[in-house]
Amino acid sequence: MTAPSVSGHGAVATASDELVVVRDLHKYFPITAGVFSRHVADVRAVDGVDFDIRRGETLGLVGESGSGKTTAGRVILRLTEATKGSIRFEGRELVGLSRGELRPLRKEMQIIFQDPYASLNPRMTVGSIIREPLEIHKIAQGKDADTRVQELLRLVGLQPYHANRYPHEFSGGQRQRVGVARALAVNPKFIVADEPVSALDVSIQAQVINLLQELQQKLGLTYLFIAHDLSVVRHISNRVAVMYVGKIVEIADRDQLYENPLHPYTQALLSAIPIPDPGVERRKKRIILSGDIPSPVNPPSGCRFHTRCPVAFGRCKVEVPAFNEYEPGHRAACHWVEEHGGKAPDLTAGPSVL
Amino acid sequence: MALLEVHDLKTTFKTEDGTVAAVNGLSFSVEPGSTLGIVGESGSGKSVTSLSIMRLIAQNGRIERGKILFKGENLLDKSEAEMRKIRGRDIAMIFQDPMTSLNPVLTIGEQIAEATRLHLGLSHKDALDKAVEMLELVRIPLARQRLKDYPHQFSGGMRQRVMIAMALSCDPAVLIADEPTTALDVTIQAQIIELMNEMQQRLGSAIILITHDLGVVAETCENVLVMYGGNMVEYATAQEIFEQPKMPYTMGLLESLPRLDQAGSRLVPIEGQPPNLLRMPPGCAFAPRCRYRMPICDEPVALYDFGAGHVARCFLYEARAEGQKPIEAENRPAIADSAVAQAPQRLTK
Repeated sequence: MTAPSVSGHGAVATASDELVVVRDLHKYFPITAGVFSRHVADVRAVDGVDFDIRRGETLGLVGESGSGKTTAGRVILRLTEATKGSIRFEGRELVGLSRGELRPLRKEMQIIFQDPYASLNPRMTVGSIIREPLEIHKIAQGKDADTRVQELLRLVGLQPYHANRYPHEFSGGQRQRVGVARALAVNPKFIVADEPVSALDVSIQAQVINLLQELQQKLGLTYLFIAHDLSVVRHISNRVAVMYVGKIVEIADRDQLYENPLHPYTQALLSAIPIPDPGVERRKKRIILSGDIPSPVNPPSGCRFHTRCPVAFGRCKVEVPAFNEYEPGHRAACHWVEEHGGKAPDLTAGPSVL
Repeated sequence: MALLEVHDLKTTFKTEDGTVAAVNGLSFSVEPGSTLGIVGESGSGKSVTSLSIMRLIAQNGRIERGKILFKGENLLDKSEAEMRKIRGRDIAMIFQDPMTSLNPVLTIGEQIAEATRLHLGLSHKDALDKAVEMLELVRIPLARQRLKDYPHQFSGGMRQRVMIAMALSCDPAVLIADEPTTALDVTIQAQIIELMNEMQQRLGSAIILITHDLGVVAETCENVLVMYGGNMVEYATAQEIFEQPKMPYTMGLLESLPRLDQAGSRLVPIEGQPPNLLRMPPGCAFAPRCRYRMPICDEPVALYDFGAGHVARCFLYEARAEGQKPIEAENRPAIADSAVAQAPQRLTK
């Protein structure tokens, strides 16, 4: 077992293969009460998160609703301000930059939203939706912008004549393609894809996933892929991070994480996914967690998972587990794993609790 | 005799752009104690089917044709008063969104008690006792105290449990669950599915599970009905559907799914878009997206029987189709244009 080795800021700046470096990131949303808006508590949406995203890779960020994955994605893009912590993009610190200083960097980082129905302005043609970022960032104007819009439409599998149509004339999958084209308009290096296929039908999901993968190869993009669907995340990601109530509980290479999950929460999450094959389904043993995800206003003490964890013991209630590295690149925050020398608990053995 | 039989059901809706047939000529049956999965994309008519059975079609909709036989009696001949006695008592329904389908200004206890008071004639006190029993059954902790709570005081998974408790409180013979776990997280989904399976074993109800998640189907259903463009395109046991799909749409659905137990190679999507119900293709509804499309596919398709109850609506298995080559992708009429013309109508919430 290796000691925790969360690298300091200095060590990170030299490593050129890391596009995004996130350290000790916190985002609290204050809850106020009374006439004077007295600050009474915080929603601790992101509560101390460290991870890196390497150039050209896809980092999958998974977790249940309320785990803070969407907030994490937005804070990294500075769409909401971090409460505390550091976000470095190509070695440049983003936290603390003014709006003006941030603007040129906005071109480098884009987002694709979940809901293709709500994220496109219904009163703008698809052409002007894609054209807007080009003009804001003064990338292209007039005829050049028209040509670029047509190029982008072709790139995402639509036709140039679609530029004159309105979002409501498109189906969900096609709208999501428009969202992708808008994100790509400014030639970004890094894209946060926040549940980009969750709102789509299965047969259309596959079209959009393939498109995202093709674009990544063609344009050398780096993705932070936020999703709750672990099958989709496995398909598209190189590495995967699992979030639970504001913290990352495990991060590893895709295959390490799916084949040898260390954290009990990761194990439960993986076993909960139904596999579309009745034969496999019947052989599978499912770990069923009791209860719901705790509130991020008042998260459990110690390890946040201890209230639902089948192997929790005394230490878990009082002490926050360290985010240790157990295999190269495979970190997990769990006392049980630490005390058993990096071994994962066997949760399928015991009786399932509901 | 099957418990519930649907014969040649046709449900249409009037829209600004014309009348659409959301369900067109659908027939199937459900046996007591069994679980039937209905799968399909949005707009395929699966929710309209369940609402037709409950006779809860919206104002602009109409059941034009067909029979819905429950224990041999046609529900379409019933008066609204008779239907009200059947709904919740004999046929109960769980909706997708537990937030919007519970009454926000009534306590959970009142809402569950209402059903048993109306249908079983229980006194107010007995009905509340029954509600406690049901809530304990679906494992709501401190059930008696929670009777006085309002829906917003419950989490999403708990609300779905309350819905299940309510639906099962009169021991219905048929339970229709319309996307019961779609709005829930996977760990909560696993709890709810386990609960539904357990309830079924205890009460012996027949379940119609409407979903787009083939994983959930594999886990819970004995039989699967695949819908496309308002009609059944394939029906078989779950085993057969997953191992021997006959209809190219079913094959496509299975191939386009990333699977957790199979490492990520390239997905095979179904190209094109779901059909526009206002402008249905003349023959097979799936033909414009089908990789095996042949000239014969523009004719109306019948169901083909593959034995042991496995049927599929596809010309691939028609003798007349022999010698007809699939129309190559290049020679196909452009699908992009007609598909772009309009998104499929959303007929239900």
